[in-house]
Amino acid sequence: MLDVSEIQTIDHDVMVVGAGGAGLRAAIECSALGLDTGVISKSLLGKAHTVMAEGGMAAAMGNVDPRDNWKIHFRDTMRGGKFLNVWRMAELHAQQAPDRVRELEEWGAVFDRTKEGLISQRNFGGHRYPRLAHVGDRTGLELIRSLQDHGIHQGIKFHMECSALELLKDPHGDRIAGVLAYWRETGRFVIYRCKVVILCTGGGGKAWPVTSNSWEYTGDGIAMAYDAGAELMDVEFTQFHPTGMVWPLSVRGILVTEGVRGDGGILKNNKGERFMFNYISERFAPETADTVAEADRWIQGDKTARRPPELLTRDEVARAITAEVKAGRGSPHGGVFLDIASRQPADFIKRKLPSMYHQFMELAEVDITKEPMEVGPTLHYFMGGIRVDADSQQTTVPGLFAAGECAAGLHGANRLGGNSLSDLIVFGKLAGDGAAAYIKALGSTPRPIDDQVVAAIRRATDILKREQGANPYLLHEKLEGIMSSRVGIVRNQQDLEHGVEELEALKLEAVEMKAPGASQYNPGWHEALSMRSLLITSEAVTRAALMREESRGAHTRTDHPGESAEWVKYNVIVKRGAGGTMEVEKRAKPEGPARLVAIANAKIEDLESGKVGAD
Amino acid sequence: MAKRSFKVWRGDANGGEFKAFEVDVDPGMVVLDVLHRIQSRQANDLALRWNCKAGKCGSCSMEINGKPRLACMTRMNIFRDDETITAQPLKTFPVIKDLVTDVSWNYAQNQRIPRFKPRPREADGTHRMYQEDVDRVQEFRKCIECFLCQDVCHVIRDRDAKSEFVGPRFMIRLASLEMHPLDTDDRVPEIRKEFGSGLCNITRCCTEVCPEHINITDNGIIPLKERVVDRYFDPVQSLIRKVRGIKLRTKTRSEASAEGGTGGKP
Ligand SMILES: Cc1cc2nc3c(=O)[nH]c(=O)nc-3n(C[C@H](O)[C@H](O)[C@H](O)COP(=O)(O)OP(=O)(O)OC[C@H]3O[C@@H](n4cnc5c(N)ncnc54)[C@H](O)[C@@H]3O)c2cc1C
Ligand code: SF4
Ligand code: SF4
Ligand code: FES
Repeated sequence: MLDVSEIQTIDHDVMVVGAGGAGLRAAIECSALGLDTGVISKSLLGKAHTVMAEGGMAAAMGNVDPRDNWKIHFRDTMRGGKFLNVWRMAELHAQQAPDRVRELEEWGAVFDRTKEGLISQRNFGGHRYPRLAHVGDRTGLELIRSLQDHGIHQGIKFHMECSALELLKDPHGDRIAGVLAYWRETGRFVIYRCKVVILCTGGGGKAWPVTSNSWEYTGDGIAMAYDAGAELMDVEFTQFHPTGMVWPLSVRGILVTEGVRGDGGILKNNKGERFMFNYISERFAPETADTVAEADRWIQGDKTARRPPELLTRDEVARAITAEVKAGRGSPHGGVFLDIASRQPADFIKRKLPSMYHQFMELAEVDITKEPMEVGPTLHYFMGGIRVDADSQQTTVPGLFAAGECAAGLHGANRLGGNSLSDLIVFGKLAGDGAAAYIKALGSTPRPIDDQVVAAIRRATDILKREQGANPYLLHEKLEGIMSSRVGIVRNQQDLEHGVEELEALKLEAVEMKAPGASQYNPGWHEALSMRSLLITSEAVTRAALMREESRGAHTRTDHPGESAEWVKYNVIVKRGAGGTMEVEKRAKPEGPARLVAIANAKIEDLESGKVGAD
Repeated sequence: MAKRSFKVWRGDANGGEFKAFEVDVDPGMVVLDVLHRIQSRQANDLALRWNCKAGKCGSCSMEINGKPRLACMTRMNIFRDDETITAQPLKTFPVIKDLVTDVSWNYAQNQRIPRFKPRPREADGTHRMYQEDVDRVQEFRKCIECFLCQDVCHVIRDRDAKSEFVGPRFMIRLASLEMHPLDTDDRVPEIRKEFGSGLCNITRCCTEVCPEHINITDNGIIPLKERVVDRYFDPVQSLIRKVRGIKLRTKTRSEASAEGGTGGKP
């Protein structure tokens, strides 16, 4: 019999699960508020997904174009999200992002500069003005390193290469009481007892075969929150980034930053045609250039010109590329051409996009200053995730908070590029504040119960002890197959229904997995443990996608084309039902306050002139 | 698709050996892809680190055919078709298992470095810095903490002088702070006496392996050494300071506090 008192136990006020931008920012806030704060992450410090972000972080500072302000950023975010965003989150984000970005400078970040010596800002899809603070094309590295180098002097305790398995609850008051985790190095278990858990675990892109996401993105936070009874929201909205590498096969999915298009790159089909002009939707037509001449004037900085269609929102560009390839106008390896070589001088490209230059040179032997790149859609981002309160980031479970990519709400049906990094620092901070407020109001200290720990450990160690069973890597590949064929970039009822059935069957297969070897640094075992999260996350996405009978943002249903005036009024909520089955609910979305609705629907000129939304 | 021969070191702190694998390799693959194929098909428990697969996170450092490299950026076509490829863990750090080493010493070094201390903001609430003034600092901040330079530096690797020298990675971290236009701290005494700048004898091996092409030695370490020389050994500089009444710290903060002083400015 397992003796729980013999398991290593560590106490903190707050446990932050995840050391990406959101987790680090949340931890910095908690420790600044005097809380004893621990952080765990599956990888080493500084290796979270955030490090890979390239293009920049969006904040309406108006350093490059003074016409910009938070209301225009808010409006862009709502329109990009096809009005499914949580109004209050989009408001908080647009208002607070500039301060959060400036604060990074205080912690050592060195952004690219304008001629006046201010933080430079670049253009990105869906953003009306140059808005993305950046450092070449390695902005995420700058963000994570600045937070990390600041955070290590704040008294935060970092527990690296330690993976959370399950949230522990105190049955009294149904509150969070801790996290059960294991050290990857030894395979030993550890109980973190705490009053608050802040999940900052990112998305679940690893359920698809072609993705920009790393091994860490197995939806752990989403699944743990679900298991603990929290509600998930909008999970049907999975963003396919329009430009991933397509060749060679082994790098398929690796991201090509939108910065390439922001800096003048254009998309062409195999006829040499700049096809995006054929895919301008009604919503964006008034603000998008309809001739090559106008688009080119915009790139040269003509403020009267409208934006090139290559910079439409990601869902629109990804669908256009898919349509071109389907119509037989694709590139040799099933993508389209992204050309910056013929648009900008070589030294400009090397200076503005150094890591893209290296990435293509070294991985594909393509010199992007001389030839076009081949690109195609790649699964990139989860708009949906754990449902949180807009101001505090608390989930529907007391003591459980979530921020960053694993939380839902800010991005609605489609995220604008650059709005994630700003999301992390805005809502990471707010989650820290929310946690502190919760702890202040907390009466007794919650305590986990042994039974839950014992059951979770048994489930985990069975995978090692079993004589034989399925190879977790092969099951993972099977899952990827299901998600790409059934829950891909375009969906329909029949595929989704098959998807649900296939996932049910896979779940049964996954009950009996076997990881050979010992518990010490055993990736096969880690893979098996993450299958559980992957399956829960995949099932939630598939069931939610089946329920939403319309096409909106990143969710495209061929059997329900177009946005429906009805569905914009609803979120899809997923939660664990009483009997343990997954419940999916169509729930009315709260209406936006009149002042925000007015801003979101205003004409751009009226916002700039202050006619609408004057403070 | 072609069959290729691999030798992968397998073992842990108690020892280990190279194990041979025959693997199918597709065009365009990098070494990391091949290791993943071994892991998913032949050795499920093969331990290795990776995240980005694009040279951005610095996780997949190992020694490939004896050279410190990022496995995700090492294309198979740089090797001869009949060449057996060996993969082994970084030599400078203790092995945990297979290709995974304990790099925690590096994190401990970072912790020792006095933090960034910015000057106050300007009246309009901004910090003004010009691109030409931050180019050099940005070069250092490209570091992805792959620790390949730490692995190859003979001071750490062969002399095992880990307690005396923080290594090239943290020399450029120090350089990025010392050359930061906003920073007001002074770390020169510590750079000499605690972080061991004098131990580097400019072999440039670190610069050669840096996947980010940071000119570690010439742009980072040498200028730091010059600052140390200016402070401690340059009679002209110290005369100028004397005449102008400028006092610079020569004791480290721990020396000063041992003597009960403040260690001078700042
Ligand atoms: C290639 C690429 C480029 C991008 N470019 C941009 C861009 O230019 N602009 C932009 O705004 N966004 C960009 N994004 C998106 C953005 O980078 C991510 O959405 C964001 O970094 C997510 O941050 P996070 O803090 O939520 O999570 P992450 O940074 O992903 O961190 C997740 C953390 O959770 C930990 N974790 C997960 N599960 C567990 C568990 N079970 N136990 C313990 N720890 C766990 C992980 O170890 C990790 O530390 C890009 C994404 C990619 C992949
Ligand atoms: S130049 Fe200095 S730091 Fe770099 S490897 Fe040689 S001795 Fe080490
Ligand atoms: S300086 Fe270069 S080699 Fe050294 S850790 Fe940084 S990126 Fe790696
Ligand atoms: S996996 Fe990130 S550098 Fe190799």
